[in-house]
Amino acid sequence: MTAETAVGVARQFTSRTCQFTGLRVDVAAQNLIKANAVAAVVFLAIGGLMGLLVALTRWPAVHLLPAEWFYLVLTGHGANVLLFWIIFFEMAVLIFASTILLNARMVMPKLAWFAFILMVVGAVLGNVAVLQGESSVMFTSYPPMMAKPHFYLALILFAVGALIVVGQFFANLIVAKEEGAFQGSMPLVTFGALTAAIIAVWTILSGAAILIPTLMWSMGWLSDVDPLVYKVVWWGMGHASQQINVSAHVSLWYLVGALLLGAKPLSEKVSRTAFFLYILFLQLASAHHLLAEPGLSASWKIVNTSYMMYLAVLGSMIHGLTVPGSWEAAQRRNGYDKGMFEWLRKAPWGNPAFSGTFLSLVMFGFIGGISGVVLGTEQLNVLMHNTLYVPGHFHGTVVTGTTLAFMAATYLVLPLIFQREIIWPKLAKIQPYLFGIGAAGISLFMMGAGTLGVARRHWDITFSDAELNFAHSAGAFLMMGLNGVFAVIAALGGIIYVLVVVGTVLWGKKITSGHKLTFPLHAGGAAAASQYGSHATVKLPGTIVLIAIFFVSFVLYYFINWKYLSELWLFR
Amino acid sequence: MSTKETNVNVGGAGAKSEPIPFMQRLLDSPLLLLFLGVAIPTLLYTLWGVMEVVAIPLAK
Amino acid sequence: MAIAPPEQRIWWREPIERVELTWIVIAFLWALFMFFFMIAWHFIGQQNLSPEAYRILPSAYEQKVEEFAKKYQVREEKGVPVVRPPAGSDVYMLGRLWQWWPILELEQGQSYRFHLSSIDWQHGFSLQPTNINLQVHPGYEHVITLTPTETGQFGIVCNEFCGIGHHTMTGKIYVTQKKAETAPRVAQKEERR
Ligand code: HEM
Ligand SMILES: [Cu+2]
Ligand SMILES: [Cu+2]
Repeated sequence: MTAETAVGVARQFTSRTCQFTGLRVDVAAQNLIKANAVAAVVFLAIGGLMGLLVALTRWPAVHLLPAEWFYLVLTGHGANVLLFWIIFFEMAVLIFASTILLNARMVMPKLAWFAFILMVVGAVLGNVAVLQGESSVMFTSYPPMMAKPHFYLALILFAVGALIVVGQFFANLIVAKEEGAFQGSMPLVTFGALTAAIIAVWTILSGAAILIPTLMWSMGWLSDVDPLVYKVVWWGMGHASQQINVSAHVSLWYLVGALLLGAKPLSEKVSRTAFFLYILFLQLASAHHLLAEPGLSASWKIVNTSYMMYLAVLGSMIHGLTVPGSWEAAQRRNGYDKGMFEWLRKAPWGNPAFSGTFLSLVMFGFIGGISGVVLGTEQLNVLMHNTLYVPGHFHGTVVTGTTLAFMAATYLVLPLIFQREIIWPKLAKIQPYLFGIGAAGISLFMMGAGTLGVARRHWDITFSDAELNFAHSAGAFLMMGLNGVFAVIAALGGIIYVLVVVGTVLWGKKITSGHKLTFPLHAGGAAAASQYGSHATVKLPGTIVLIAIFFVSFVLYYFINWKYLSELWLFR
Repeated sequence: MSTKETNVNVGGAGAKSEPIPFMQRLLDSPLLLLFLGVAIPTLLYTLWGVMEVVAIPLAK
Repeated sequence: MAIAPPEQRIWWREPIERVELTWIVIAFLWALFMFFFMIAWHFIGQQNLSPEAYRILPSAYEQKVEEFAKKYQVREEKGVPVVRPPAGSDVYMLGRLWQWWPILELEQGQSYRFHLSSIDWQHGFSLQPTNINLQVHPGYEHVITLTPTETGQFGIVCNEFCGIGHHTMTGKIYVTQKKAETAPRVAQKEERR
């Protein structure tokens, strides 16, 4: 663990060699990763608490907050978890994948610190603006409803910071290659991170294109912002940022498989092509949010909402096979070769990094993925646009998928980057399960409530103050109650996560050389990679069964929704 | 399948003079990919979308 | 390993495993199917959102709706006019802080040119319990040809956040049986649900 000053081909930098992976760790990058990860967890704690308050308010029997507070807290929840938590963590992932994974250095670390400070200022200012109470516009801030200028300013500062780090990702990558830190093609995980970075550039440019005029409008310099144009451009940011998440967490799935099981991609070509499809088409899905809008043609809607003939969905379905497939292949190599599922039964279920990653993979596919395709089908969207189905769907993607994957990765970041042994391993062990079950529950029950017509962002489903009364079915009330119960479970999982992280960072045992990890990595480490690929002999019966179940569920659920649609009133 | 090349981790020297296939070179070029990833959604999604909104006629 | 550069200098030429290839083919065919099914539904389906829309000043739209309501009003409910337009005609509804206005009375099986816009902020037109959900923008008049297929009383909820009164924003549509001109114009009282 002694810091050494290594002589690179071109530049010197202070680094250490990781005793577990053999990777060369640039200390500047390591510190940046720490800072971004800590900031991420802080905003997850704030935003998660807000999520719990929201869910408890929407639980009819509890109905915790008054209306004004509900809308304020909901705005804060969206901003803190969706923007601040996720994006800070992604900055850490980008820095990691472009330096440590490549045995390379961080280019211009001072600039990255400046970007970090910008982002922190933006995130804090955003919270101040929301808590002051005159910016309860939801994080989507659709005009003509107007927030205070510093609300938009906060988002812009945050985005500028993020854009700088994304720029540095590219710089790191190019410099690493030039200085010979790695030979040939970049590793697959870095390629996935590159995908995320590319999508991030478009995301942030879209955000700038619309938030800057909106800021000017809010300051009175512009007379108005067209609500429909706003929505088109804003969702270039709002939805594409979710595609950054997808690319980032899929990369982490590959990373965790490699570190914990010794997994290798079944084929570099297939996995990279799947990411390439993301780069080309994933961002078009921003149109998911404009399917119920006036004035946009069916052609525009169909081309965009289908990510160009569902080619990006094809990419996801490919990862859906190659990720578990590579795990199965690795486990069979590790000796768990009996029957169909020994590889799965004997997987390291007690290691939260693995269990969290596995749950993330399964639930992202089954809950978030399938519901996303259905919701994003041009005509089917009318069945659930702006109902609770929408938050149900995206808690399936961004909570059970991304957030859980990030939590799982944290259990590697703590020992490998912070170099602290995880405190309270028993709690850490159950954390992914608790959070996963809770998050799956809120996703499913919000989807259920939405199917029964319950609106999103809505304080009172009894409509007690409405002039013309309306009542939802008893089933809808039941769904909202169950949603509340599972929100409590998810919050419990979230609290444990935050406690373990904070405890470990502050008081975890320092890891010194010769240390044995509580949650060990795959024995072979990087050296195990003799040859990639599954060899022609490896069969993946377990994965095939999983994929078959997935596909059948997908097809059935898809057609059920067409049946619902066909029973609606007619409109054209 | 080129199983014989297994332990060569390096791109540069020697016998490995076979040209790199086009697709592999594309996937190894971050800036080219960046261009594609920004241009395609800007054209298909943003520009086309905004044009349709702008083209909405005035009510009679 | 996924965390190391590929071991072979040229990895693009490696063969693809049978499982992978099979799945890619299946997934690709499914992708194509889903894509073409959306297009097909425009020909075989009865539920397709019309792209017909116009740019309009909120005040001008408000005026149109008021004229319409005055012309066909049949009664009043809690201060809101109940409007029964002739079958097949243009019907108007507006969203504003915080109500859907006016109340409509339509006939089952008849088609109407249904106009929808907002005069202040964005609102979400959510017809319940049918579950038809449309986004409503100020400044844009959306026109869809709507044919109710069931009779009864339907609620309209707002499902786009529109300020502090958002959860009080409701409206109503009655759908009566198609009994032509002779039948008395009374709303069917059958509660749905
Ligand atoms: C303890 C965990 C969580 C609970 C209990 C929770 C619960 C909820 C609930 C009940 C809603 C309100 C739906 C509505 O009324 O429209 C909501 C909205 C939302 N949640 Fe969560 N959530 C949690 C974690 C997360 C995380 C980790 C993320 C993102 C990474 C997230 C992203 C969002 C977003 C973007 C919204 C929409 C806000 C809006 O409509 O403006 N949530 N959440
Ligand atoms: Cu409203
Ligand atoms: Cu509303």
